[in-house]
Amino acid sequence: MDIIVQLIVSFFSTAGIAIIFNVPRKTLFHCGFVGVIGWIIYYLLTERGMDVVDASFFSSFIIAIVAHLYARRFKMPMIIFIVAGIIPLVPGGMAYNAMRNVVEDDYLQGLQYGLKAFLITGAIVMGLVFAEVLMQFVFRAVRSSKAKLRKSYKK
Amino acid sequence: MQSHEADNELTIDCLLLAGRIMIESGAETYRVEDTMLRMAQSQNMLDAQCYATPTGIIFSLGKTQPTRITSISSRVTDLQKISLVNSVSRRLTSHIISLEDAYDELKSIQKTNYFLPIYIQVFAAALASGCFLIMFKGGWSDFPAAFIAGGFGFLTLILINHLTKVKFFSEFTASLIVGSIAFFAVKFNYGTELDKIIISSVMPLVPGILITNAVRDLMAGHFMSGMAKGAEAFLTAFAIGSAIAVILSF
Repeated sequence: MDIIVQLIVSFFSTAGIAIIFNVPRKTLFHCGFVGVIGWIIYYLLTERGMDVVDASFFSSFIIAIVAHLYARRFKMPMIIFIVAGIIPLVPGGMAYNAMRNVVEDDYLQGLQYGLKAFLITGAIVMGLVFAEVLMQFVFRAVRSSKAKLRKSYKK
Repeated sequence: MQSHEADNELTIDCLLLAGRIMIESGAETYRVEDTMLRMAQSQNMLDAQCYATPTGIIFSLGKTQPTRITSISSRVTDLQKISLVNSVSRRLTSHIISLEDAYDELKSIQKTNYFLPIYIQVFAAALASGCFLIMFKGGWSDFPAAFIAGGFGFLTLILINHLTKVKFFSEFTASLIVGSIAFFAVKFNYGTELDKIIISSVMPLVPGILITNAVRDLMAGHFMSGMAKGAEAFLTAFAIGSAIAVILSF
């Protein structure tokens, strides 16, 4: 039951962010879908007890792969599908806690939260970059194998 | 010879306009350079050079031709414009449309405002804030508070952006509004968890596209643009954080 609620709210929140960023109208639904996939992976992994940093990495990795596939299908820049999807992963809570502790003069605790927020941001970015490189390899391999197939067919 | 040079002028105008629109709408710098060079090559400018940063573009044709510069002062996030320019450049490079048509189309893209009406954007921001509250494990009883705080925060951001060019100020005020709405909601018993209400209502203000672009530019080897965008993202985050700190210190 809980997971169905999470599915629905993650769709609406991502689509709302997509409206703010003014994505092309016909991709609004797909942007929401990318957000749902990313959030559900993050949610399930953290519920199973995985660390937030690792979960952010895997989630943004999948987001970038789905976004890449959509970008090829719609012939649009990939960034359209990524941006709304990764917003829920941004460590707003951690940054907030860091700020609160600094204001309360507890600098050590604040630094700890701040460092964690920094790590999560790094994990999100690594996920995006790894997925992008992987997809480049995959599509290059597909293209070259297709070319080989065509050559052998001609013979 | 004369007409040939005039042709070049039109092509360079067209390229610079395309690059300008893309940067003003928040595209990655390496993609802007890539698009401009592809368009140039389709117009038989084989040794064209292009250098784009978030604040300006330099484009040169080679030894004999003059180099052109366009400077860019303001940037927003408008993914629709990016995709429209992308489609124009795709059609130009595969010679489906002519250079003149592409230039006209780009000019109309630059003039048009593709954003949805403000009330729809504010509603979207408000709905997103409410949904974020549920995603961050808040209770449904706090939903109205987050909805209102997120909506008013985003409305403030838009209104003050119209009044002043200083982005730092508008972001600071917007999150100040978010924080005070959340604070008073909790004080008068319309909400329970101040932390979760603030975190979720601030989400529409988070510079997501800047962070993504900064890193993708850095990874593509465009260190200048990457660092510049990173600085812009840091400023935004700092504005939000300091406003929240003001609220929390009460």
